Amino acid sequence: MLGEGILKGLAETAKNFAGSYVSKERLTTVQYPEERIAPIEATRDFPFLVYDGEDWQAGLRCVACQICEKECPPKCIYIEKSKDKKPDYVGKPQIYPARFDIDISVCMSCQICVEVCPFEAIKMDTVFELATEDRFGGLLLDRSKLAKSNEYYHTIHPTEAAEVDARLAEEKAKVEAKARAAAEAAAAKAAAAPAAAAGAPAKTEPPAVKPAGGAE
Amino acid sequence: MTNPATEYAVGQRVGDARLDGRMVVDPDSGTDLLEVAMGPHHPSTHGVFRMDVALDGERITRLKPVFGYLHRNHEKLGEGHTYLASMPYTDRLDYICSLTNNWAYALAVEKLAGQEVPERAEYLRVIVGELTRVQNHALSVGFLIQDMGASGTPLMYAFREREKILDLFEALTGSRMMCNYMRFGGCRVDATSEWLDEVRKVVAGLPQFADEFEQLLCTNEILMARTQGVGVLRPEVAVSAGVTGPALRASGVIYDIRKVDRYSIYDRFKFKVPLGEHGDVYDRFMIRLLELRESIKILEQALKEIPGGPVMDPKAKIRNFRPKAGEAYGRIEAPKGELGFYLISDGGPNPYRYRVRPPSFVNLTILEDMCLGHNVADVVLILGSVDIVLGEVDR
Repeated sequence: MLGEGILKGLAETAKNFAGSYVSKERLTTVQYPEERIAPIEATRDFPFLVYDGEDWQAGLRCVACQICEKECPPKCIYIEKSKDKKPDYVGKPQIYPARFDIDISVCMSCQICVEVCPFEAIKMDTVFELATEDRFGGLLLDRSKLAKSNEYYHTIHPTEAAEVDARLAEEKAKVEAKARAAAEAAAAKAAAAPAAAAGAPAKTEPPAVKPAGGAE
Repeated sequence: MTNPATEYAVGQRVGDARLDGRMVVDPDSGTDLLEVAMGPHHPSTHGVFRMDVALDGERITRLKPVFGYLHRNHEKLGEGHTYLASMPYTDRLDYICSLTNNWAYALAVEKLAGQEVPERAEYLRVIVGELTRVQNHALSVGFLIQDMGASGTPLMYAFREREKILDLFEALTGSRMMCNYMRFGGCRVDATSEWLDEVRKVVAGLPQFADEFEQLLCTNEILMARTQGVGVLRPEVAVSAGVTGPALRASGVIYDIRKVDRYSIYDRFKFKVPLGEHGDVYDRFMIRLLELRESIKILEQALKEIPGGPVMDPKAKIRNFRPKAGEAYGRIEAPKGELGFYLISDGGPNPYRYRVRPPSFVNLTILEDMCLGHNVADVVLILGSVDIVLGEVDR
């Protein structure tokens, strides 16, 4: 019969139309600004810099090694190294980025900076409502805008952040154990040579150690 | 048919040139030909693409595809970047199917560097690759029907299904379309068991979607009248032009790289290669629906068999990756046809030569052969049935 195919198709449409009133499966849209679907944990869009503790300037994990700057495919990262040093999370003095800019109008959210970072300092954010009137300045994020706390990282990517914290804690423990062993060796040496002890005590105490993050 | 001698040089203007066309006299028939530029901003061209057509009334007498509007220097950029840095750019070739682009590029580099891929990573690649094929075919059929004038309903059904698959991609890779998931020697992140369960759930719902879609469209008389016998691509033309993918198989030529090359682990799965008979728009439309069903079969098998283990070759390097000097061509059966990457290495951190063999571009070259003698409205359908993405055509 001519028109049978059309009628079959129309029946399908009618089924979906009527079904949209009863079945959530058939009504998949949401009214966006008012209604929002739950974010997916693995989501990424733009990078941010993680810091530990309260003060973002003191706690920044980035040591300005410039690997991400070199590996970034669209070259949207700009880093200037500092002249002085500050202690990192294990207490080792490290240089820090005096300037760290990301032009998110150029960034293509590929996550390669995160993959190559050996210091777990740069991670991907999930914010997406970034519309701004200032096309250039508003999309060029500097250090102060990029720095976000480890607690924030834990709220957006809990699983990944916990893994990172575990890794950092392990590394810190290793460094501390090494420092302790070195200190003990130095003490033993000092005891063996009491004559020289008056001169210069071996340096035993590492600089103030910072907490590794909010997970512990 | 137009005599080649009646090209621009011979054609003379008659009266006032129209805004977008001009009149050319065809000395053979004595009728006036109207030259129209379809595109580059035309909704049917699926991007920025122009067809310079010469019309005899409604009939196409000449068609010249003009592309390059979306040229982004992809291949030259690839020569200036490290191997890894080109990976996110491949997402942007065929932006509907970023994961298969990743796969083809990873395959080429792995061949170049002689890297092994762990078992689990191969399975994950097959799963995401076939999910990509499902969503691409659903979408391309949806858009074809949209080009036909059914604005909305079938396309939205396709989008509804695609949305579920994109959510899966986002949960695994972090991004819906620009996945950047594969690495040389494996995949970037491992899939959790919850993710695999989620995939099983979506895959279990896919046959119902296919049924629904076929019920909605396949026997529709208007669709049949518009597509059957339109835009016939003869197998010998298709083969000599190097057409691959669904467009070739719709013409009755059995050539599927998953079967021919048996790359990755496709030799472990049982699936058929659907073949068309007439090579018209309807066959190209049907072949996608049939392939979608075969992809579901592969997905079911892969999800059943997926083993545990690592997803990255432990010897793989992320930084300072320098494959030894040599050349390699890696190709896969992308949803649109044969997608190949040809790389030459001189031992440095970036390729000496980087070349993409995009299926959309090659499939587009026979557009004139398919369109001659048809009406303007059919050109829109024929172009839609070739299934192109301009990101890949222009690179």
